[in-house]
Amino acid sequence: MSALRRYIDHIKPHFQKGGKFEKLESTFEAFETFLFVPDQVTTQGSHIRDAMDMKRTMSLVVMSLIPALLFGMWNVGYQHYLATGEMGAGVTTLDLFWEGFKLVLPIIVVSYVTGLAIEFTFAQIRREEVNEGFLVSGMLIPLVLPVDVPLWMVAVATAFAVIIGKEVFGGTGMNILNPALLARAFLFFAYPAYMSGNQVWTHGLMEGKGIVDGFSGATPLAQAAEGNVGQMPPASDMFFGFIPGSIGATSTLAVLIGALILLYTGAGSWRIMLSTFVGGLVMGLILNAFAVNPFMEIPAWQHLVMGGFAFGAVFMATDPVSAARSRRGKYIYGFLIGLLAILIRVVNPAYPEGIMLAILLMNVFAPLIDHYVVESNINKRLKRANLQAA
Amino acid sequence: MSQDREPLFSSKNLKLLREPLDDSNPITVQVLGICSALAITVKLEPSVVMALSVVFVMGVSNVVVSLLRAKIPPRIRIIVQLTVIASLVILVDEFLAAFAYEVSKQLSVFVGLIITNCIIMGRLEAFALANKPWPSFLDGIGNAAGYGLILVIVGFVRELFGSGTIYGYQVVPEQAYTAGYENNGLFILPPMALVTVGIIIWVQRYRNRKLIEEQQS
Repeated sequence: MSALRRYIDHIKPHFQKGGKFEKLESTFEAFETFLFVPDQVTTQGSHIRDAMDMKRTMSLVVMSLIPALLFGMWNVGYQHYLATGEMGAGVTTLDLFWEGFKLVLPIIVVSYVTGLAIEFTFAQIRREEVNEGFLVSGMLIPLVLPVDVPLWMVAVATAFAVIIGKEVFGGTGMNILNPALLARAFLFFAYPAYMSGNQVWTHGLMEGKGIVDGFSGATPLAQAAEGNVGQMPPASDMFFGFIPGSIGATSTLAVLIGALILLYTGAGSWRIMLSTFVGGLVMGLILNAFAVNPFMEIPAWQHLVMGGFAFGAVFMATDPVSAARSRRGKYIYGFLIGLLAILIRVVNPAYPEGIMLAILLMNVFAPLIDHYVVESNINKRLKRANLQAA
Repeated sequence: MSQDREPLFSSKNLKLLREPLDDSNPITVQVLGICSALAITVKLEPSVVMALSVVFVMGVSNVVVSLLRAKIPPRIRIIVQLTVIASLVILVDEFLAAFAYEVSKQLSVFVGLIITNCIIMGRLEAFALANKPWPSFLDGIGNAAGYGLILVIVGFVRELFGSGTIYGYQVVPEQAYTAGYENNGLFILPPMALVTVGIIIWVQRYRNRKLIEEQQS
């Protein structure tokens, strides 16, 4: 480790002002702080500079995504073996995992390479530090995509999300929308054939090779939307995640483990997570009360383990940049996400999963919510002040 | 007429023609006429037809209003302007229906909605009411051309990526589709037109630095 430190110190002058690679200063800085805790201290005043910078917060979020990622890889293999009917006694867990690993890794690599290349380029042009926001987005993007999505589409969507969703607004911390969700929404509207339907969620189904009879590949949400509630897998399967779906979003259990890591380290907001789940539950109960079709009769709690609801609530809605920031605002923001997600999911047949659109919509409204929370607080205090003055 | 006649294409007059193409473009700088720019730019052909229609309506209406400018009582000037524009738009509409029926069907209500295009009304108010016919004509043509230019660019980009064609002719080779290329469905939808206009504004401001507003601190 000290050899690495010595090497970095040795090449550092080249990247500072006047050095040979002056233009690449921010690239160098990005790698240096990635490898070592930054040694910057404040020079005036009594500010304390926390070594726990954004890079480390982002690493925590990536760590909390790992359970969902590992399970997702296993589930990709599992669904594929189910579909082809190769699931025999000789197939081990490792075989399933390896099958999924081979399919998921390229998507992750493409997402990271595209996104980071754009981030670094913009940072050099603007002579800013490279921001670490993409470390999380780059991992979130593969997890919310179907496994058979063509790699060039992943690249195009990532580029769109990073440039149009983030860089034009000024980079990490300035974006209005969650970049990972924007990438997914882009693909959803641009290439619907690869992002929806029953064929896309299991590897090999689009080519139709060796599929056993009776395997439809439909997600529980699709079955419910078609009115075949009876064919839905048991709730325990949906909770553990043994269902077709986006790579990392099927298992509510894996998502909850991630949520525990986020909450324990303080990287995610429990207010948003809680209120999102409450919002979903409330909408589920309302729909139950006015049920006119089988989909509306699904028990409200079951909605919370279906599809990507839990994943969105834990990892997407809590994005500190695009979420509401005031304490009361977070409750309102999360509650409305849950409410809208279930409403879109059940009532609009064109969108089988509502959590993506619900979060994007509330991202747009987050500043407005914050504005009114602050306003109402000012008014309350003004009233109190006037009362005392009178 | 004591003073010398101004030459037809004096630098002042040319500026009227040139400025709306870049420095004071109706869409990218003044941000007017956005709705029609989003609605009819799915393909290049309707964009071109729309651009030509607006050039005609704007050029002629500017001249007519400029000729009448001393006669129009200020209190009813808006009504007079609307009447002039509406008559011209009906002409265009009928002409398209007669000679370019397919395009006219694609454009549907948006030809009629040229009447409400804020650019036309804005130029009549801001320019034609206070200037002679010839400069007014140039101003109308210039602004309509600035509008049409953006329309054509957006239409080109959207048709290329959304349908793989340009002006109805396929340009993305068949091999690309067999290799896995897909038309981007998002470009068919209006939001992508807005993003495209945004990117044009971005590029324009990168090239033309004086358009960037002062930073407010």
